[in-house]
Amino acid sequence: MELLGHYNYYVVVILMMIGLYTIIARGNLVKKVIGLNIFQTSVFILFISLGKISGASTPVWRDGVEVYSNPLPHVLILTAIVVGVATTSVALALAVRIHEAYGSLDDDELRGSHGPDDSIT
Amino acid sequence: MSYHFGNWPPPFGIEYRVDAVNALLALLISGVALFLLPWAKTSVNLEIPERQGPFYALFLLALSGLMGITLTGDAFNVFVFLEISSLSTYALIAHGQDRRALKAAFRYLIMGTIGATFFLIGIGFLYAMTGTLNMADLAERLPEVRDSNVVHAALAFIVVGLGLKLALFPLHLWLPNAYAFAPNFITAFLAATATKVALYVMLRFIFTVFSPEFSFTAMPLAAVLMTLAIAGMVAGSWVAMFEVNLKRLLAYSSVAQVGYMVLGVSLVTAAGVAAGILHLFNHALMKAALFAALGTIYYQIGSVRLTEIAGMGRHMPWTFTAFALAGLSLIGVPLTAGFTSKWYLVIAALDAGQPWLIVIIMATSLLAIYYIWRVVEAAWFHDTPEGAALPNEAPLSLLVPLWVLVALNFYFGLDTRLNVGGAEAAARTLIGGAP
Repeated sequence: MELLGHYNYYVVVILMMIGLYTIIARGNLVKKVIGLNIFQTSVFILFISLGKISGASTPVWRDGVEVYSNPLPHVLILTAIVVGVATTSVALALAVRIHEAYGSLDDDELRGSHGPDDSIT
Repeated sequence: MSYHFGNWPPPFGIEYRVDAVNALLALLISGVALFLLPWAKTSVNLEIPERQGPFYALFLLALSGLMGITLTGDAFNVFVFLEISSLSTYALIAHGQDRRALKAAFRYLIMGTIGATFFLIGIGFLYAMTGTLNMADLAERLPEVRDSNVVHAALAFIVVGLGLKLALFPLHLWLPNAYAFAPNFITAFLAATATKVALYVMLRFIFTVFSPEFSFTAMPLAAVLMTLAIAGMVAGSWVAMFEVNLKRLLAYSSVAQVGYMVLGVSLVTAAGVAAGILHLFNHALMKAALFAALGTIYYQIGSVRLTEIAGMGRHMPWTFTAFALAGLSLIGVPLTAGFTSKWYLVIAALDAGQPWLIVIIMATSLLAIYYIWRVVEAAWFHDTPEGAALPNEAPLSLLVPLWVLVALNFYFGLDTRLNVGGAEAAARTLIGGAP
């Protein structure tokens, strides 16, 4: 029972690892952005899970409801989602510019196409 | 001083709170922006000929983000401002003329977002344990739950996340390329402010929110920070010695200098923290002056590679003298700002009973002498390359602000009331607990 009760948090950890792995292992810049998105989403789910109270209703005032979920994490995550969208759009804009400048989006092809200045990461 | 957003009293509303620590930081950021902007006009005209409006708008956005991080008293607000300043920074770096600027900006974006998200996870854990986001309120409620694993994990996530942002070795890999390919003005501004603000947030969380007893007794944070700081000092200076692109050279030197600041903090004494904050302040002055000098060199010569500035010191004496004088401050020669902070760092290491640290501080300073000397040697003692166009002295619109920055390095080395006094007051506030 205890194990199943933490179901959300297992999902969070699994998604987080999938996201991080994608960022590190994938060479394509767009795939890295997708990994970043999965990583961020896992944190959103973590926050939303914190706000849930079992048996509670949505935090909208109405008759006959005694227990409400905590709305604050929702508000925080709304902000974080906006930040995430902004990050994604900047990242994709950069990816488009990189593709224009280099004609490739693959990390391995981008690397080593220059002199010694380009060595690290 | 405290300001309540929308008149909601904390801990429910968002609070802006100014004390001895962030007052010094806010002064530093606005001061650097004030002294760099007159210099920036000419440099930006060359490097970003078109669409300057959005460029300056992004710069102001980054500036306000950094100020927001410094002043806010709300943990989640820090994250939002961190992302505001970071996102505009990525776009600013991508303005660099070299196409590698795009790649550098992309990598910085990936690493910076991972760092910010780690920070967010840490805040989430704290909120789960305490139900509050106000820093002062967190500090009051955390002691009740400090034995839980969640709080330990929160501290770890926050330190790693901010470590990425402040380029703590070995999380510094984004920094050299981002600094090397950004427009010169942006490099100077970022080097003087962005990593400093991240370090401030780390101090704020380690000392004010978590309290030093928890951070350094329950967790082995002091040992970790000290090891990484020393590794960063040595590795950063070592790589800088062999670098031929001067902007990358100074960027690696920044990694080393961040090491000095973190080293001061890791001593966990009032003197050590004061030395760390003092070095934070002084290093912003030196790097602003050094990168402004490099930008001026770039404006005249069109390159900042060691081979191409050979012999140019004789043709642009004012520019290269400014670089050399700011370099003296970086090395820590007496009468300069760099000397005072290294002096206080050495005293703090002695007081903390760790005299062996002095050897490392001295050794890395020697490496700094070497990499600054390479530039001086190339500029004055090498012959100009065959067929190179001989530059004239830089225009006054670049030289005057540059020399003002250099003069500040000497002013704060001689009259230390503001920086040393401010740093000591800040350290007392941090060590003393409640903000």
